[in-house]
Amino acid sequence: MKNFSLLALFFLISCSSNISPVDDGLEKQIFHFGNGSEPQGIDPHIVTGVPEHHILISLCEGLTIPNPFDDGNLPGAAESWQISDDGKEYIFNLRKNAKWSNGDEVTAEDFVWSWKRILTASLGSQYPDMLYYLVGASDYHTGLTDDFNEVGVKAVDKYTLKVNLKAPTPFFIGMLSHYSTWPVHKNTVLKHGAIDDRNGEWTRPGNFVCNGAFNLKSWELNNRIIVEKNPNYWDASQVKLNEIHYYPVSNVMTEDRMFRAGQLHVTSTLPSQKCPIYIEENNPDLRIDPYMGTYFYRLNTNNSVLKDVRVRKALAYSIDRRLLVDKVTKCGQIPAYSFTPPGSNGYQPETLIPFDPKLAKKLLSDAGYTEENAFPKLEILFNTNEDHRKVALAIQQMWQQNLGISVELVNQDWKVYLSREMVGDFQVSRAGWIGDYEDPNTFLDLMRPNRGNNKTGWENLEYDSLVAQANSTNNQNERYRLLNEAEKILIENMPIIPLYTYVRNYQLSSDVKGYNPHILDHHHPKFIYLERE
Amino acid sequence: MISIFIKRLFLAIPVLLAVASLTFFLVKLAPGGPFDADKAVSPQVLKNLNEAYNLDASEWEQYIDYMSGILKGDFGPSFRFPGRSVSEMIATGLPVTFELAFYAILIALLIGVSSGVLAALKRNTYLDFIPMAIAMIGICVPTFLMGPLLVLIFGINLEILPVSGWGQLPGDKILPSITLGFAYAAYIARLSRGGMLEVLNQDFIRTARAKGLTERNVVIKHAMQGGLIPVVSFLGPAIAGLLAGSFVVETIFQIPGLGRFYVEAAFNRDYTMILGTTIFFSAMIVFFNLLSDLAAMWLNPRSRDT
Repeated sequence: MKNFSLLALFFLISCSSNISPVDDGLEKQIFHFGNGSEPQGIDPHIVTGVPEHHILISLCEGLTIPNPFDDGNLPGAAESWQISDDGKEYIFNLRKNAKWSNGDEVTAEDFVWSWKRILTASLGSQYPDMLYYLVGASDYHTGLTDDFNEVGVKAVDKYTLKVNLKAPTPFFIGMLSHYSTWPVHKNTVLKHGAIDDRNGEWTRPGNFVCNGAFNLKSWELNNRIIVEKNPNYWDASQVKLNEIHYYPVSNVMTEDRMFRAGQLHVTSTLPSQKCPIYIEENNPDLRIDPYMGTYFYRLNTNNSVLKDVRVRKALAYSIDRRLLVDKVTKCGQIPAYSFTPPGSNGYQPETLIPFDPKLAKKLLSDAGYTEENAFPKLEILFNTNEDHRKVALAIQQMWQQNLGISVELVNQDWKVYLSREMVGDFQVSRAGWIGDYEDPNTFLDLMRPNRGNNKTGWENLEYDSLVAQANSTNNQNERYRLLNEAEKILIENMPIIPLYTYVRNYQLSSDVKGYNPHILDHHHPKFIYLERE
Repeated sequence: MISIFIKRLFLAIPVLLAVASLTFFLVKLAPGGPFDADKAVSPQVLKNLNEAYNLDASEWEQYIDYMSGILKGDFGPSFRFPGRSVSEMIATGLPVTFELAFYAILIALLIGVSSGVLAALKRNTYLDFIPMAIAMIGICVPTFLMGPLLVLIFGINLEILPVSGWGQLPGDKILPSITLGFAYAAYIARLSRGGMLEVLNQDFIRTARAKGLTERNVVIKHAMQGGLIPVVSFLGPAIAGLLAGSFVVETIFQIPGLGRFYVEAAFNRDYTMILGTTIFFSAMIVFFNLLSDLAAMWLNPRSRDT
């Protein structure tokens, strides 16, 4: 028995590795990246999620790339661009030394074909609307025309791309760092399927060709994706990392343990219960960065009770947002008093949502709800998640205490929750929105009539007109003034109750350099390297 | 025995067809669809997606299409992972799940049988009480607690084993195998002890001892053959359970097995993936139950006649 124990101990110790992946990575410039979940794929015209973005930003490059040092964008595949005075015509000058990973040149025609692909309806891309700002793009996608020449994108010559927009769109350059606008290699895609083939195998290791700083080396499903430095990348001399290993760790506790054991340089997120502990311990690896996202509650304005704006305001005014972020979320979140996060590309919303239980109570009584005519029971719908439950419990408590309203919490599986929201089968439902690009339009456009993500039933023609006007002017100050007016109408009507502005909380090894905070959480890997001080 | 085996295999076919048909209609009844997302897709895009995956056809057309596909061994494309077929994903996850289940059952048998037999032989001594108390803990402590606990001790505090992964770092298969095996070891220990106690009191054991056989021979050659029949019967469902139920351990240890695909497919309403994995796991359950029944028959000649 004793001998067996000694043998077992020897076996265990002999199995231990002397050098952790993080230490090994430092030596070999291999970045170990906790990536949340298994990516759907790496076809930029088909995928939709954040883990997919983390991988694609290393493999492909759009006309512009996010600026890691400041707001705005840096040149990517395009080395420069000119915008016409009316803001509707963009001329992009492509880099003559930009190459695909197989050595082919990146040309203007590649972008034209790629944008044609995402606008091809039968491909079933979920992001074609990112290009709807182009002349004729929505008509082509919806089948009103089948002539792609009518779409406002042309290859003037091999290295010059001309884009014509329907209206001046000051955030268009920012949108180009979204992966749906990135190019794909025409011959590679067509070698493995048609232009609209969702299931083509061109994204497999060995087949995949793109124009980013890294190449796809291997892909083990649910295990690891490895990308390696692309020697054909136009700026390869700037790239210091040799490889990035992406791990699809969907369990946040596992990811936390992997980080603590030196298996990851960066995590995708943080277990919410650990955040306050790490803050208290002054954990040097804890990062809380600004993030362009808002956590809010949707109110169903078609509901007989919630159609009264006074009721909606009463609900909003009886929430103590400061208390919510200090005592419930506890990880640096910022109380939200507007839908658009303040400071989005210089935009400062001028709205205010007071915490005033007395006023809230009065509004409710003005709406006819008194002790004699009690307010009916209200339901808060949320998808099953402990963090959403905690917030809902706090709101339930605040509404009960400040308004005397009885509230029931209803948690549902993610898809059931989505389907109930979609058909309007809810009273109050939790929601979150993360900006696709750095502009208030990515939030305010959501609440326009007939937008699929509005989901509240609220429609306001003045609001719609103000957002439309803002998007047709080329003057940024005037635009922001109009958007601010629209935002005031939104908050005055309260179809949504903003609760807090998200932050990006995660853990980052001190060995990682150049991983700067970015409001959209975009980190171009050519600026990242590993160094120990 | 061969005729029983063939008969049972033929009986499995309608069982699997029934499972496939029932699952096909049940997944369609669940609210939400594969393309529902936080950022809602436009009706035009949804129409295109439904067309791309034949979801615009009637339920019966889809059913016939699907069933004729699986008869040819084609489980269709995954809705969640464009460009991947369900068969390919099962083929990717299966070896890992099998390997994990193999190590786990090996650990479970080694620990379970040896401690169970020892406990039966040394009844009412500390060699009985201690292993049985540990077995009770093994039964009571769920894997989602046992796994992180082992990781905390051996991965984070002692730093002698990796906390996650499968085949990437030396020794990364040890903790998940122990975590999964320990729960089954506990059951096997109790079953072995019970089976052995029952056999040890029987006349043929007394006869064997009277004939002057050594205690070792009595236990190994005579007692264990009958005493471990409950363990053998348990192994069939246990192996099937290990294969289909390794989701928790796979998640805790970041193992790329089939269990994660199975559960995540249900959350994602990845219809073809749910169907493919359900049919596959059903086949595994039927097969391992059959194997365990045959093994029990081989060990117990009386049951062959019934």
